Amino acid sequence: MMLTRESLLNWAMIAALLIVPLAAWSLDEPFIITLATKAAILALAGVGLNIALGLGGLISLGHAAFFGIGGYAMGILAAHAQNYEPLFEWPFLFEGSNQMPLIWLVAVVFSACAALVIGALSLRTSGVYFIMITLAFGQMLYYFAISWSAYGGEDGLSIWVRNEFPGLNTLDPIQFFAIAYVILCLALVFAARLARSPFGLALAAARQNEDRVQAVGLTPFTLRLTAFVISGAITGLAGALFADLNRFVSPTMLSWHTSGEIMIFVILGGVGRLYGPVAGAALYILLEHLLGGISDYWQIFLGVLLLLIVLFARGGLIGAIAGREKAHG
Amino acid sequence: MADVVLKTQALNKSFGALQASRDVSLDLRPGEIHALIGPNGAGKSTLIKQIAGNLVPDSGTVELLGQDVTALDTVARARMGLGRTFQISALAMEYTVLQNAVLGALGGRGRPFHFFRNVMKDAELLETARTALERVGLTQDANRRTADLSHGQRRQLEVAVALTLKPKLFLMDEPMAGLGTAGSKALTGFLDGLRQEAPILLVEHDMDAVFALADRISVLVYGQIIATGTADDIRANAEVRRAYLGEEDAA
Repeated sequence: MMLTRESLLNWAMIAALLIVPLAAWSLDEPFIITLATKAAILALAGVGLNIALGLGGLISLGHAAFFGIGGYAMGILAAHAQNYEPLFEWPFLFEGSNQMPLIWLVAVVFSACAALVIGALSLRTSGVYFIMITLAFGQMLYYFAISWSAYGGEDGLSIWVRNEFPGLNTLDPIQFFAIAYVILCLALVFAARLARSPFGLALAAARQNEDRVQAVGLTPFTLRLTAFVISGAITGLAGALFADLNRFVSPTMLSWHTSGEIMIFVILGGVGRLYGPVAGAALYILLEHLLGGISDYWQIFLGVLLLLIVLFARGGLIGAIAGREKAHG
Repeated sequence: MADVVLKTQALNKSFGALQASRDVSLDLRPGEIHALIGPNGAGKSTLIKQIAGNLVPDSGTVELLGQDVTALDTVARARMGLGRTFQISALAMEYTVLQNAVLGALGGRGRPFHFFRNVMKDAELLETARTALERVGLTQDANRRTADLSHGQRRQLEVAVALTLKPKLFLMDEPMAGLGTAGSKALTGFLDGLRQEAPILLVEHDMDAVFALADRISVLVYGQIIATGTADDIRANAEVRRAYLGEEDAA
């Protein structure tokens, strides 16, 4: 396989995301490891959105819904586990859990189901209406979470101890980073295969020309709905990890600001570029850390950067460095 | 066994006060090229859309292979074997030529819900796609971006994608539009042979092509079919001459 500039760049980024926390670990700088973990998790959320947005052309401003559902899946299960109050006793006893694999499974299933319902309703529209409906669904869940006093309402839920993963000490920052990093890599491999699969070909064709896809006997709606569900599930998984990173979940995870941030990762890195969300999330964390130290209003600079990228580098950061995407053959 | 492949019966379609289709009944028989001609604004596109399933007629029926498909959508009709080419090329512009053809082959085969295997390494799809590209003469351009193709090459690719579906009939909306004389001639020769494979309902402005190819011609004027017949019948038809061919005859 020939290494294009883009794939070299991808390898460099994914290597840097590994080397930086490893170096920080050897220098005993846990804060840097936590930043890298945050970048990896947010990148994962972006990888999820990028399947809908980049591949499918579905401009969802409601992905915070899935991010937050993943977060609350973690929060609710862990809260019950730490209070020793069963979640429900009928038809069988369910006690909550502090085991990450189970939490992830619940997060993925619930965010996928939510994506199925939200997608089935909003994919009947397109363009601006689709953006507004996904936004509305996200905000509905946000206000629901605020009023859901059983699970903290506006204050959110705090979890005292990070959840467990068999064989690992998740409280050790580098070990928790390893979990997030491996999941991100798996998601990237999955997204890469998806893009080249029969499904990916048909989905991206539906973005480019809906008439063509219908004329060859494929249904754009089903393709898009499937993509939306996969996309929501991955973002939901990222939400569960994010909540575990902070040991805290609150309605903020569901707010439209969060949807916007996930979209910013994708746009900063390059819409439809496989590693775009990695570049975008890493840059975002970097800016937040560096500029945030200078000014509380660091997002002004982020806004300027975003403007410049949208105006002058349509392929985002990756497009600016690696050039136009090659049609893969 | 259906003896007509496609049949429309008394199709009516109005947009407000404008009646774009007026009791349109026509059919397409096995092995023939049936050309649909008419001046601009005669309602050809509206008719095509009703046949393909983009528009629901106000009244009347569309039958495909002996089955009433009036209530079915474009996807269902495509799956039944309707191979369509668009008046304005509808292709995935970011894709290579080969990818567009593979997309067609994938649609023809169905079952697109595979998430892991590489679609561009699927031998069956590639075979279908490459054969179709070869037949329209695009083999050399297989790896070019579709957006970089000339207008004429895009028209050829439209036909190739329709071929990958292995359709039971073709619905071609001005396939010659914008082709040069040479391109037009080449495509005329190709369509001539294609009718043996599947009949063609051909909407076309290029009169040379129409009179050279068509077994039957229907003339649509103000939404209404004013005549159907062989090339000679149509040439001789006074009403047609007045409505449509007049300018050319005078020349």
